[in-house]
Amino acid sequence: MSGIDPILLLAALMVGSTPILLAAIGELVVEKSGVLNLGVEGMMITGAICGFAVAVETGSPTLGFLGAAAGGAALALLFGVLTQFLLSNQVATGLALTLFGLGLSALIGQAYIGVRPPPTPRVDLGPLTDLPVVGRVIFGHDFMVYVSLALVVAVWWILRRTRAGLILRAVGENHDAAHALGYRVVLVRLAAILFGGACAGLGGAYLSLIRVPQWTEGMTAGAGWIALAIVVFSGWRPFGVLVGAYLFGGVSVLQLNLQAAGVAVPVELLSMSPYLITILVLVVMSSRSRTALGAPASLGKAFHATT
Amino acid sequence: MHRRTLLAATAALALGTGWAAAQDDPVKVGFIYVGPVGDGGWTYEHDQARQAVEEHFGDAVETVYQESVPEGADAERAITQMALGGADLIFTTSFGFMDPTMNVAERFPDVKFEHATGYKTAENVSNYGARFYEGRAVIGHIAGKMTETNKIGYIASFPIPEVIRGINASYIAAKKANPDVEFSVVWAYTWIDPAKEADAAQALIEQGADVILQHTDSTAPLALAEQAGNVIGFGQASDMAEYKPSPRVSSIIDNWAPYYIDRVQAVMDGTWESQSVWHGIDEGMVEIGEMTDAIPEDVRAEAQDIADQIAAGEYHPFTGPINRQDGTPWLAEGEVADDETLLGMDFYVEGLTGEIPN
Repeated sequence: MSGIDPILLLAALMVGSTPILLAAIGELVVEKSGVLNLGVEGMMITGAICGFAVAVETGSPTLGFLGAAAGGAALALLFGVLTQFLLSNQVATGLALTLFGLGLSALIGQAYIGVRPPPTPRVDLGPLTDLPVVGRVIFGHDFMVYVSLALVVAVWWILRRTRAGLILRAVGENHDAAHALGYRVVLVRLAAILFGGACAGLGGAYLSLIRVPQWTEGMTAGAGWIALAIVVFSGWRPFGVLVGAYLFGGVSVLQLNLQAAGVAVPVELLSMSPYLITILVLVVMSSRSRTALGAPASLGKAFHATT
Repeated sequence: MHRRTLLAATAALALGTGWAAAQDDPVKVGFIYVGPVGDGGWTYEHDQARQAVEEHFGDAVETVYQESVPEGADAERAITQMALGGADLIFTTSFGFMDPTMNVAERFPDVKFEHATGYKTAENVSNYGARFYEGRAVIGHIAGKMTETNKIGYIASFPIPEVIRGINASYIAAKKANPDVEFSVVWAYTWIDPAKEADAAQALIEQGADVILQHTDSTAPLALAEQAGNVIGFGQASDMAEYKPSPRVSSIIDNWAPYYIDRVQAVMDGTWESQSVWHGIDEGMVEIGEMTDAIPEDVRAEAQDIADQIAAGEYHPFTGPINRQDGTPWLAEGEVADDETLLGMDFYVEGLTGEIPN
């Protein structure tokens, strides 16, 4: 243990968790509106390649991230049209979206193998970065880490404190009642789905443009599924998502650090620890309070105005 | 006049050996890949070799491939389909395709099969593999010479003989070059997961490693090394030339092309026979990528010398005295490891710390 610097670990944890955090906060909004989109993985990987392609072609990482959000949202739109207008099954459509996204990204990515994207600079906060402890942890990151944290706060504020958030939650809790009150259920849900897609796209692009940075087929490697689990883990609360993502990312980074430091713990145990702890926390939470109550009541149910 | 005689002679020869028939009906060569051709590593290099076969033989061959074939029951279906599709020679390019290949080969005695990195053969099944450990000894030497912190990080994939052999070979070479060197091994449990590889590289760098060796296939560790500034690494499976001249100071490249061309030629000539080969630097299956100027000149020369000696058969990376990790003797002074032990290697050599997971 002695060899691990907790400050560096904390900084690494924030970077390692950001893709999952971005995807999970988007999915939280989608689920809060009563839609279950299992296509997070597909939207992430599509965002990863769209962002990568745009960044390489334009030379600007910022435009790359915008492209990633657009790519993720475009795929989400497909899901939205299928589930909201054609009333297809959300679970099946979401799974298909993941498969489609993986294939589509591989196709677009053909020309980008072995290419290096333009570097994304760290945000230069001048002397702040040199502060002891907090300097490296709080002020030493690239801009997307701050964007992800700002998004969590914004989502919390909008859901809890604004009229728009109230409408979104009403639609997610009881779409018939919301409809009876005159709210456009389908449009609200479509907007949430697009937001979720854009966030997942950003999460994917964080991997391909900053974390790795390169394009590899299937590079999200299941991060989308973790994001889905974290939404449940959070009890559909924005700050719960933050805790969940950082906990999962933290344990993942910690286990690699423990291995690198040569701590005598069986490697098998360390490798499965992130998943083990996620399961453990889920069990503890569900036994303590009825987390099921945290789930939006209309989650996964199709809505049609005439019924 | 000369040319005309030559043409006439060729035509006569062609008719005589039935080569003309083969001209009309190209030899069909099939490839079964475990990953996508765009993985930038293992499957990518196999596909490069497939393209080299096409280029070499032109119209005389037709190649087909199927990518991302899962190891397991579905592989048998994919191989069968390829055999039914009229393939004359099929390369199955992953360890997990071994039993499916054997099963299909039994049902198609006229089709030739080549299985990579396995150990089973039959009348119409060969197996082939590469002595990557030879390359690892070369880069291990460079690593040992170039580290200033004396800490070398190693990102390992799965605890199988191939990977353990690589760790041992590079450790022995690094230790020889620099007796103070220490290895930290991190098991990532993946062949390719860029995010995890990046996290692993970062953890190793934070622990003070200034050389990163990897047995995973993405360039993520090199990107992290570049960010850190004074850390170097090596290309794995393919050259990873985009990180030249530093952090990527050299690489181990899998070059399957000469072998594939050779075997296709054998099928054309009707001289194909079942065999079991394990080729290294000598045969060109393992290549050391360009050593850049980031490596001091004398170290470059020494590394080249090691590679040349290995190729010439004058030096074996596993030459005694070598003890196992627990201190029991493995190889006596001057003794060289036999292939059987190497193929089933499940132990660390003395000096490495940590345990191999089961």
